[in-house]
Amino acid sequence: MLREGDIRIPSGCAISGFINRKGNRVAGDQIIRSIALMHDRSNGLGGGFAAYGIYPEFKDYYAFHLFYEDNTVRENTERYLTTHFNLEMGGPIPTRKTKGITNAPLIWRYFVKPKLEMLYQTELSPNEFVVERVMEINTLCRGAYIFSSGKNMGAFKGVGYPEDIGEFYRLDEYQGYTWTAHGRFPTNTPGWWGGAHPFTLLDWSVVHNGEISSYDANRRFLEMFGYKCTLQTDTEAIAYIFDLLLRRHCLPLDVAVSVVASPFWAEIDRMPEQKKKLYRSARIVYSSLLINGPFSIILGSDNGIMALNDRLKLRPLTAAEHGDFLYVASEESAIREICPSPERVWSPRGGEPVIGVLEDGVVETDDSACLKL
Amino acid sequence: MTVKKPKFLIDRDRELCNDCGVCVRQCANEVHYADEKNKQIKCKPAECVNCQRCVSLCPKGALAVKQAPQEFSGNANWNIDIINAIQAQADSGGILLTGMGCSRPMPSYFDRMMLNASQVTNPSIDPLREPMELRTFLGRKPASLTLEGSQPTELPPQLELEIPIMFSAMSFGAISLNAIKSLAAAAESEHTFYNTGEGGLHKDLFQYGKNTITQVASGRFGVDIDYLNAGSAIEIKIGQGAKPGIGGHLPGEKVGRDVSETRMIPIESDAISPAPHHDIYSIEDLTQLIFSLKEAIEYTKPIFVKIAAVHNVAAIASGIARAGADVIAIDGYRGSTGAAPLRTRDHVGIPIELALAAVDSRLRDEGIRNEVSLVVGGSIRHSADVVKAIALGADAVYIGTAALIALGCHVCQKCYTGKCNWGIATQRPELVKRLNPEAGAERAANLIRAWKHEIKELLGGMGINAIESLRGNRLMLRAVGMTNKELEILGVKAAGE
Repeated sequence: MLREGDIRIPSGCAISGFINRKGNRVAGDQIIRSIALMHDRSNGLGGGFAAYGIYPEFKDYYAFHLFYEDNTVRENTERYLTTHFNLEMGGPIPTRKTKGITNAPLIWRYFVKPKLEMLYQTELSPNEFVVERVMEINTLCRGAYIFSSGKNMGAFKGVGYPEDIGEFYRLDEYQGYTWTAHGRFPTNTPGWWGGAHPFTLLDWSVVHNGEISSYDANRRFLEMFGYKCTLQTDTEAIAYIFDLLLRRHCLPLDVAVSVVASPFWAEIDRMPEQKKKLYRSARIVYSSLLINGPFSIILGSDNGIMALNDRLKLRPLTAAEHGDFLYVASEESAIREICPSPERVWSPRGGEPVIGVLEDGVVETDDSACLKL
Repeated sequence: MTVKKPKFLIDRDRELCNDCGVCVRQCANEVHYADEKNKQIKCKPAECVNCQRCVSLCPKGALAVKQAPQEFSGNANWNIDIINAIQAQADSGGILLTGMGCSRPMPSYFDRMMLNASQVTNPSIDPLREPMELRTFLGRKPASLTLEGSQPTELPPQLELEIPIMFSAMSFGAISLNAIKSLAAAAESEHTFYNTGEGGLHKDLFQYGKNTITQVASGRFGVDIDYLNAGSAIEIKIGQGAKPGIGGHLPGEKVGRDVSETRMIPIESDAISPAPHHDIYSIEDLTQLIFSLKEAIEYTKPIFVKIAAVHNVAAIASGIARAGADVIAIDGYRGSTGAAPLRTRDHVGIPIELALAAVDSRLRDEGIRNEVSLVVGGSIRHSADVVKAIALGADAVYIGTAALIALGCHVCQKCYTGKCNWGIATQRPELVKRLNPEAGAERAANLIRAWKHEIKELLGGMGINAIESLRGNRLMLRAVGMTNKELEILGVKAAGE
């Protein structure tokens, strides 16, 4: 049977996420309750979480989370890792025996920094170096897969219902200021755990509900910039799109949003002159990065989250605020499950981003993968 | 031995015919004539080219043209066309001439690709209820958007089209002024572009400048600074699909006062465009011409370079992109012409589908696809061909034959005789006036609008509401009955995969 990456698997999904804008950290049981409420939106073939602020004691290290098929692959990959990186600490990620979770691969975690001599040799920034090494391992080392590579954050995912995956990874024992979650309804079995979501790169994480009809146009444009879409999933392409626009091309968030969920030309034509020029130019240059077809996504980053619908709003997305918390989810009930009486609840329009960022200085962040407003 | 045998028979229903003589007056080939004795209309079928003019205009519906039941031995290899051609050449010692595009029964790759549609996992979009965007920009795009403060830096010049279909290059000389006026006016009303071809710009056409692409070909007919500044883009024509590797020849009898003025050549002189540009013998020479033109127009308009689809097209296109062209136009071997040697038309060049896929893939491998736009032509026959071409990687398409058919052309392939009964491929005043430019413009515009509706339906079915999301989106295509190698070149999966 073909596994995810060898074929393209359409999926439906549930997404949920929240941020505490003061940077106060909460345990993972809340997000598990929220995503569990939307149990029927997934089918037991994929669930996952991204959490930010969970490794404060290692905040300067890239936290690599890896799936291995067996110990031989692990030993070979570790040799590769130690050639390129200084490993501060490594070991299996603690898990719990959980009903409904079977066939788990070996799941390991390493806190690493690129070796200085490697950075000098390659003349790359640490982030760029990490991206290249992640692409290399994920394309060349069959049986090893890096599914999380950011700092002070991590992705936890697998094949199963999301609430079981949360239980399996003992997320109740982690504390984070941002949590996002994903429950998946793939049409086919993904065959392996790497196919589950969120998809991450550096500090970016994406959970996504939808099937984008522009996938191949997006993919082929991204590949010109060195990205390798090995999973053939929309989520992977969306993560790369934001990495390209926000991190590599240094565009502010509103311009990036105007690329992926562009206003219609009829609306752009009516804008005031300066704004029109900006939106027109962005759409002309990045026309191949328009994300077409239904989607709702939550983009997680170092300093906050952004939730976004496609421009026709063909997938559900609800937002709510309460105190320092901003919540977004596929269904309002998933928010009320963990915040029964929010101060404000609304349904964002298609193409209108919901943005929650940390207040200045509450958490030390680096600007590698962050939302510039 | 070589008495001219009729290719067609005229079937005149004597019950219906009232000998009114319309067919006599309409036929420039003088097929129909009135019998001196009894005033009955008769015909000489040997001269008939089957242009359908008499059939269309007969008020009684009394006429039909049929293939003549002329059969030779039945040898599949030495068939009637081959034998006729050899006999004609044995008579004349000359090159066989023809018009329009390749008419050999070659396989069509467009016809063997099927489009996708949404079912369940994502919704199709109804173009009658939701916006559906076909706006397209042709021109060089930077690799990234740079901002100065909150404002973007100026983009290179772009052509803005409301539909990714343009009228391809057809020169004044090859076709009539009324035909060009029809296309120019249709381009204006539909917010797209027509192309002058290499025949210069007639003074009546300067008013359509903002919808005009002016062409600079090897003969440089009609080229001066006013011409270069008159349009919205300039196209350097290296080659065309119907006759790659050779130039053009407009016979002196077609060069009347208007053509002479427009082309800036003496009346009744042959207009011969050389096979190559004699200032372009290499890729670096092309760079010089591109930048000479850019300097002349002060970088205000995009420069197209048009080539015929030939064997090494991917590498050539990549070189053209690096030479500074803003748009590359590729013309497949089925592309049409007013006159070409038969053997060149039918045997030189490669299919546009394969050329397009190869060029788009190569430019992406080189990381420069966004630096140029790709326009393809060479037998885009209907809206589904347009959609498939864009899915393979084109930004827009050129249509020539389809536009002329809208004006009345019936593809008789005798454009080179100058006796076009539809007033299209002729300069004879009495024939030209048969094509009313206002009526022609309406028909050409109707065609574009009809295709626009169809493209929107097809896009909506795929769950796409902006044409750019289709560009290069080869997952929207599946192939039927192709070899693995063909699938690989097209970058398309087999149906069922």
